[in-house]
Amino acid sequence: MSTVTIPTFFAVEVESVGDSLRQVRGGIGSAPEVVLDCSSMRRIDSAALRELELLAQAAEEKSVKVTLRGVHVEAYKVLKLARLASRFDCVE
Amino acid sequence: MSDNAAQLTEERIAYLEGLVSQARTAAAAFSQCTQDDVDRIVKPMVLAGLEKAQYLARLAIEETKIGVLEDKAIKNMVATEFVYNYVKDKRTVGVIREDPEHGMLELAEPIGVIFSLTPITNPTSTVLFKCIMAIKTRNAVIFSPHPSAWRCCSEAVRIMYETAVKHGAPEGVFTCLESHTLEDNAYLMHHKDVGLIDATGGPGAVKAAYSSGKPALGVGPGNTPVYLEKTADLDMAVVDIITSKTFDNGTICASEQTVVIDDEIYDRVLRKFEALGTHLCNEKETELLGRTVIDPATGFMQPMAVGQTATNLARFVGLKVKPDTKLLIAPIKGVGREHPLSVEKLFPVLSVYRAKSVDEALKVCVDVNHAGGLGHTAVVFSKNEDVVRRFGNVINAGRIIVNSPGSIGALGGVYNDMVPTFSFGCGTGGGNSTTDNVNVYHYLNIKRMARRTQAHMWFRVPNQIYFNMNAVENLRNFPSRSTIIITNPALEQIGHADIVRRALPPHAQVRVTIIPDAEPDIKIIAQGVEALNFYKADQIIALGGGSVIDAAKIMKLKYESPEADLEELAAPFLDLRKRVVQYPTEKINHSRLIAISTTSGTGSEVTPFAVMTDKERGIKVTLADYSLTPDVAIVDPQFVMSMPKGLTVDTGIDCLTHALEAGVSIYASPYTDSNAVQAVRLVFRYLPEAYNNPRDEEARTMMHNAACIAAIAFSNASVGVNHALAHAFGARFGVAHGRANALMLPHVIAYNASVPTKFMPSPNQRAYVAHKKYAMMADLLGLGGQGVQEKVQRLVTAIEQLLDRLAVPRSIAELGISQEEFERAMPDLAKNAFDDPSWRSNPRLPLISELVELYWKAYHGRVAEPAKAVESQVREEVLV
Repeated sequence: MSTVTIPTFFAVEVESVGDSLRQVRGGIGSAPEVVLDCSSMRRIDSAALRELELLAQAAEEKSVKVTLRGVHVEAYKVLKLARLASRFDCVE
Repeated sequence: MSDNAAQLTEERIAYLEGLVSQARTAAAAFSQCTQDDVDRIVKPMVLAGLEKAQYLARLAIEETKIGVLEDKAIKNMVATEFVYNYVKDKRTVGVIREDPEHGMLELAEPIGVIFSLTPITNPTSTVLFKCIMAIKTRNAVIFSPHPSAWRCCSEAVRIMYETAVKHGAPEGVFTCLESHTLEDNAYLMHHKDVGLIDATGGPGAVKAAYSSGKPALGVGPGNTPVYLEKTADLDMAVVDIITSKTFDNGTICASEQTVVIDDEIYDRVLRKFEALGTHLCNEKETELLGRTVIDPATGFMQPMAVGQTATNLARFVGLKVKPDTKLLIAPIKGVGREHPLSVEKLFPVLSVYRAKSVDEALKVCVDVNHAGGLGHTAVVFSKNEDVVRRFGNVINAGRIIVNSPGSIGALGGVYNDMVPTFSFGCGTGGGNSTTDNVNVYHYLNIKRMARRTQAHMWFRVPNQIYFNMNAVENLRNFPSRSTIIITNPALEQIGHADIVRRALPPHAQVRVTIIPDAEPDIKIIAQGVEALNFYKADQIIALGGGSVIDAAKIMKLKYESPEADLEELAAPFLDLRKRVVQYPTEKINHSRLIAISTTSGTGSEVTPFAVMTDKERGIKVTLADYSLTPDVAIVDPQFVMSMPKGLTVDTGIDCLTHALEAGVSIYASPYTDSNAVQAVRLVFRYLPEAYNNPRDEEARTMMHNAACIAAIAFSNASVGVNHALAHAFGARFGVAHGRANALMLPHVIAYNASVPTKFMPSPNQRAYVAHKKYAMMADLLGLGGQGVQEKVQRLVTAIEQLLDRLAVPRSIAELGISQEEFERAMPDLAKNAFDDPSWRSNPRLPLISELVELYWKAYHGRVAEPAKAVESQVREEVLV
């Protein structure tokens, strides 16, 4: 018998990227996988980057896989510059 | 990681890592800002700096005990207002420069995290300057101020940071190391996330930056020589030097150190200095000063003297000077360790030297320049432009300041239009990577986007071409005082020269020069030029085949431009437009060259090429330039009606090869294509006729036209690998050029029509089209076939059948060359074929191994294998 894990889905709100991420971090650990819909996220400020850093740390500690979905290439480049891209799974 | 950095505690490393992480995050976020965003941040930062200029100057003076409050305040204002004036309209985000004419675009990419060392001498002004540059370029900076200027610098950083963040810069964009040590610096200099080190400071800091292996802007010490030449405006020069050398008590590293003064004005200049509040030291005082302010152990200035007032220095040393003395002037007699005051002195002590001549003065300036000031700054005062230029040539300095103060001049934007800066690049002389005044562009990675450009092409032919039977009669349209007909003995003997002579206008002075029927050598050329000079020829008529016409082209060149060096003009080139050696344009004689061809193959009457033999060196010399192209070509078939069969075939196949190679050349264009395909069509239609019925006037006319038309094509598109192979083979085995071409032709077509091992770089072509162009020629010949591959195969077959009909040997073996002999010759053949310039326009770049393979195919004469066409393009429509 196989077990199917159902990831928790979140949408990152364009108006409040930092808040959205903080909320996700608060609930980390309740599911083995978290998928963040980043398709509306065009710009990431330094506060949001710090939140992502914390989220990555929390996920690593709790062995939760965090997937960023629909990251625009402009935002993806920022994640690369901040050395965060490799800490998440980025999918289309 | 350096040994120094390895001594750090884990706690300290965590602190430093936190700084880098913060800066990295800020830089990442900052990278999203637009030009408007950064410009909105920069302006209030500048205003904040201006507002706090005096405040920060006071802090700096209190902390460092160096310099002059008023001057430091001015420096802070220059670092903000003047720098802003320079950067405000500069594009530093996204597209920063566009050059649509050349298809070039420059885009800015931030560096990311910059680690910046700032000096004790110009502490707050350097911080203000670097903060503005960093924001303008979307970079984050970790500052490491000189420990003795930490408080004032960290305050400057705080003011800039708070203003920047308030107006939209990311948090963490600037940080300032606290309680730092050399170990901290070493750790950060080696950190993988630090993109650039900007080290403004002493030699130690600069050396550490460059030694880190990171990209670095290291800006270090200077030793500014000044040449005060006798033609200078002395009043202006003296005031400028005092202004500059006393500015902030001489702490700017570009300030004057040694003034070399012409003997004639020396005493007058010193009196002027003295009259303006300086103290002229006597010999004893100079000696005492040198011993005190320069460390005898190191030969460098004593740190305690840096930025002190002249009166304070005098007191330290024990000199009696007036209370308001601005500057101590010390005469020196040379440069070097035995003359301590000849080095950099960042305080108001100025050395002077009396020079007996301009040469001596320049030499002393060079000595000062090399005594620790290489690449930095130098000053010359003179109205003599020649002296100024000589000074500029012999002095190695990134900034050569003319008739203005050194320190303020080097800062830029005040006395001149140099870029305002607080960091002076000193080039390799100073161990730096740049001689620039460091500015925003040094804080950017500049990405160059280069679009594919379409090179200008050309189509050049003789001004006039007359063709068809009796075209020679057009000669009477060309008036001449003195005409020389150049021809060979056979043509003279059968009366061709007389036909030409009769066609010339009556009363023209006409002489005939007979040259051998062979490739001309330098002796023949010289004889011809002698005749042209003797008769003052204004018209040359070349009557003959390729050799005669080529000889006439070279004679004309040497007659008009006697200085032309034929050996140099034959230098190899890849692209005609970029060739190193240019043909002469200045002429002492002028003549018209009319070429009348008596064979139907080379087309020399319309080409820009000429071949001669260098018997001394045993080589052929090929000249190529459009200036060699005859002015008039006459393509009159009456001169080819008696061509023997062998010559008809050889020249006819040469013509066909010209057309086929020009058709697929990388320089082919619609202009050359139209000529190439027409020539191919005419050869297939008329060469067999001319061969079988030599007196057939139509066939002879059309083949004569075909040769000229094919030559027009290859004059502009050039030939290809077939010619390279044929040249090397023909020269080695004494085989006629056309026949050698014929042996290679089917194999070369199959080769060019297949998928290349190496593509030839060809910006003029959008894709590999050789196979499609062969197919198009097959279509025009009505050869039938489906698809490109089959059409190419039919073209190859048609050529083989044509060669059979003309009884051309179909293999090298048939010529009686043994396999062993051919094998022995192969290394030279392949080498010479590869050295031949003909293939440089071939659509496929030949490997030497492929040339060998082609030679062996030609040796065995196997029927060419069906061409394996480029699969993806097989179904595409054939376009020319």
